[in-house]
Amino acid sequence: MAVTKDRSLIHSLDWLTIFVYVALLGLGWMSICGACYEYGEPKDFLSLASFSTRTGMQLVWIGTSILLGGVILLLDDRIFDTFAYLIYGAMLILLLATPFLAHDIKGSLSWIKIGSFSLQPAEFAKFATSLALAKFMSTYGFKLEGSWKNLIICSTLMLFPMALIVMQKETGSALVYFSLFLMLYREGMPGSFLFTGIAAVAYVVVGLRFSEEEVLGGLLNMGDIYVALLILVFVGVLLYVYCRRSAIMNSSEYTGAAGSFIAIRQRRYFYILLFALGSIGLHLSAGTLVNHLAEHQQKRIQVLLGLRDDPSGVGYNVIQAKIAIGSGGLEGKGFLNGTQTKLKYVPEQETDFIFCTVGEEQGFIGSAIVLILFMTLLLRLLYLSERQPTAFGRVYGYCVFSIFFFHVLINIGMVLGLMPVIGIPLPFFSYGGSSLWGFTFLLFIFLRMDAARIRMQW
Amino acid sequence: MENPHLSYRSYVLGAAVVLIIVIYVLRLFSLQLSSDDYKLRADSNAFMRRIQFPARGAITDRNGKLLVYNQPAYDIMVVMKEQVGVDTMDLCNSLGITRDWYDRRMAEIKDKYRNPGYSPNTPQLFMSQLSVKEFSQFQEKLFRFPGFYTQKRSIRQYTGPYAAHILGDVGEVNPADIEADDYYRSGDYIGTQGIERSYERQLRGVKGSEILLRDVQGRIKGRYQDGRFDQQPIPGKNLTLSIDLDLQKLGERLMQGKLGSIVAIEPSTGEILCMVSSPSFDPRQMVGRQRGKKHQELSRDPMKPLLNRAIMGLFPPGSTFKTSQALTFLQEGIITPQTAYPCSHGFHFKGLTVGCHGHGSPLPLIPAIGTSCNGYFCWGLYHMLGNRTKYPTVQDAMTCWKNHMVAMGFGYQLGVDLPGEKRGLIPNAAYYDKAYKGSWNGLTVISISIGQGEVLLTPLQIANLCATIANRGWFITPHVVKAIQDEEIDSLYTTRRHTLVSPVHYQTVVEGMQRAVEGGTCHSARVPWYITCGKTGTAQNRGHDHSAFMGFAPKDNPKIAVAVYVENGGWGATYGVPLGALIMEQYINGHLSPESEKKAEIFANKTINYGGYER
Repeated sequence: MAVTKDRSLIHSLDWLTIFVYVALLGLGWMSICGACYEYGEPKDFLSLASFSTRTGMQLVWIGTSILLGGVILLLDDRIFDTFAYLIYGAMLILLLATPFLAHDIKGSLSWIKIGSFSLQPAEFAKFATSLALAKFMSTYGFKLEGSWKNLIICSTLMLFPMALIVMQKETGSALVYFSLFLMLYREGMPGSFLFTGIAAVAYVVVGLRFSEEEVLGGLLNMGDIYVALLILVFVGVLLYVYCRRSAIMNSSEYTGAAGSFIAIRQRRYFYILLFALGSIGLHLSAGTLVNHLAEHQQKRIQVLLGLRDDPSGVGYNVIQAKIAIGSGGLEGKGFLNGTQTKLKYVPEQETDFIFCTVGEEQGFIGSAIVLILFMTLLLRLLYLSERQPTAFGRVYGYCVFSIFFFHVLINIGMVLGLMPVIGIPLPFFSYGGSSLWGFTFLLFIFLRMDAARIRMQW
Repeated sequence: MENPHLSYRSYVLGAAVVLIIVIYVLRLFSLQLSSDDYKLRADSNAFMRRIQFPARGAITDRNGKLLVYNQPAYDIMVVMKEQVGVDTMDLCNSLGITRDWYDRRMAEIKDKYRNPGYSPNTPQLFMSQLSVKEFSQFQEKLFRFPGFYTQKRSIRQYTGPYAAHILGDVGEVNPADIEADDYYRSGDYIGTQGIERSYERQLRGVKGSEILLRDVQGRIKGRYQDGRFDQQPIPGKNLTLSIDLDLQKLGERLMQGKLGSIVAIEPSTGEILCMVSSPSFDPRQMVGRQRGKKHQELSRDPMKPLLNRAIMGLFPPGSTFKTSQALTFLQEGIITPQTAYPCSHGFHFKGLTVGCHGHGSPLPLIPAIGTSCNGYFCWGLYHMLGNRTKYPTVQDAMTCWKNHMVAMGFGYQLGVDLPGEKRGLIPNAAYYDKAYKGSWNGLTVISISIGQGEVLLTPLQIANLCATIANRGWFITPHVVKAIQDEEIDSLYTTRRHTLVSPVHYQTVVEGMQRAVEGGTCHSARVPWYITCGKTGTAQNRGHDHSAFMGFAPKDNPKIAVAVYVENGGWGATYGVPLGALIMEQYINGHLSPESEKKAEIFANKTINYGGYER
């Protein structure tokens, strides 16, 4: 029995994902070397691997992660389903207790000290929440489409860890849970919800970004004009997608009667009108809210969103990050040869801004390879999720996908100056054991489930 | 459980992933490949070029005796961030500075406007050019002052108190220097006077640089690529001067207490053997931190010790100039050696009188030079300027005269390799046309024939006239640098310049100058070892007459030509002749005879009182 189990594991395990995982870990460690290397230290492997250095410590985290991944693969796949709520509950209690146990690190109350190590429980809440959502959404007869109740329960499951993480002053990590709406979208939440959410974020960001440039004698600002254009475009797209003749006729509500057609169309016009009015309302209220703040508070919001150049504060990070990446050129400056990173011009370069090291030392080629590896991982996760025989596996797979996607999108986008500065780690690259273990749990639990798909089909 | 109708949404999400990755790759492309801008910004962040200063060339005299060398000096540097908590009073006492000075200096360092390169993490100059002694005293206490460091620099030092005007000095570059030559950066040193200035390019060497890596807090982390792109400084070239230190010492000793100049030239090479300008100063006092104060003190001295009289002092040459007149008249055929002019205690004509001392009359040329007869040369010039068969107008005659003078090196800078040389004054026709509104003749300007009137020469020009006579008709532009390490000297200083007068006539004048020593005005210059030729000069001026002399020896194959000019020294024979004779003896014999040494001591102790004169 044990023999067949092992053989089936080797045969059924998704080795492509494992390969990408190992490749990213390897590149990640090289980047940590580049970011943590102190000028003038020896460059040989043994010195870099010495436990007294951060590079050596990261090697420990990588080793233990692979070990943990292996252990997870050897576990019975059914325990995740069985203990999903228990794990979730335990995690919530841990998150609740964290601020009281934590010691303050740069204003964050998310780190618990165990011996000489510090752990960040928030990093482990991701897989726990994913398991709970998968468990709930795979209950018999669960349907998300058309069920407000189920949508609210799902959102609540997400909201608990979010709220607790916000209490730890880790807003960036809390925002990650919004990514789970991608999973909900796949599971039947109307696309318009997702669309509305993305549109709302776009209005606020665009509106604030251009609010300084006044036009028409101060009556309007450029932000108003861009937001108005966005609303027009969005409404146009919605009209095309939902109110086309064929779209209505293909919809499940359509009964074939002419009256039904008109009723559906009128109802959809009404929703789109509501969307447009809501959009205008949101933009105006956001604008009014910001205008009522003192000027330095407005600036602070803009700087936090990465919307304003601030060479001495947050903006400084982004400028130095861009210089680091831009100076890499096609082939980069070579392993341990980056000057921006080596001489500490980029703040937080071994954690949130780790991608700078890739850009500077490995150049366009290395950075593009990393991006393609992440793309491969994400697309593979989609494929693996879709081939799950159970809703539990599929939902969990989509949770994994959503979380990874959000991290890659925000972290690299931030370093490239395309996204607001939100402090979240880049999976497998950023320094630290907690995030690496957290991502490994997330990924390997899914790989374990995927390896069991054949048995599940029997 | 299954919802296959929603599986299309996996493609929507997949498309979103691909779209985002494509956007990010395009963004990477635009950041990394479309311009060098970020690369340059990264370089300017991280690279700091540190200049390495080359050692300035050393200077020796013609016999290899060291004159100028480099001495270590120390700057005290401070790192503001590290010096917190230092006992300020203790520091001030250790450095011998006041609390007030300390506060002012610290404020200057922190003033970003005055000190644009300021960073609290990098060493800033606190105090410059401490001597080795001051430094070693401070070094013992340095441990008490964290944040204070010392940095080695080199300053010029001099072996003796001699030749200050020739050697010149070195100072910080001014904005004009930086503008003129982009080699210089603020704070660099540049030769400001003397050969330090005229041979700046050879002496300064080539600065090296090292590329250092600087971290975000301005701290130096090491050398870029282990120094692969560093450039070593190339030391400056050593100079060998034509100056003979012993001769220079003697000259300066003889001129003590007198104003004036002694210039000696080796006729065959144009090399200047000594160049004394009195009063002088001790160049050793002009280094280090006291330089500014000392310089100011000297520049306020009414005797103008900073002025190099040998090339900047303009004097009437007096009778020494008569030799040039004799040459001109002979060449122009105005006189022959046999032509005799009358002189009855001077030149008397049409109511004009130029006085002369008592001697036989009429005299031919050689005794006229020997006795320095004024009348003879007045007649000569009168006949030259009045000769309408040879020269259509007086202006033409004057132009011809001027051309002779210019060819002998008068009226323009000779081109000595020292800065600030004056050109002197040789009047031309236009000058007199303007001064006398076109109405003038030989009589009007007669005093130029005896080296008075408008004519002004530098002592160097007088010495060069003597060297030209010693060479019988040519000279090499006088210069003080004999050789440059690994480099030829300028061809200007190796090329013969011929005058417009034939050597035959020079020989006649040489005979006249020999006569002056052997039975004329310069008889005290006579020595038993070799035949000396000389010519005195007594230049009238508002005060007491200037005493001048020029002479060369030996008569054949001359080794030295000397000009002595002692302001308000009286007769040429009073100071000029004996001083010139001592200089020639020292150089030719290599020492002074015991009697000459006594004589030298007497003259060294003679002082002329200048107090009464407005200068």
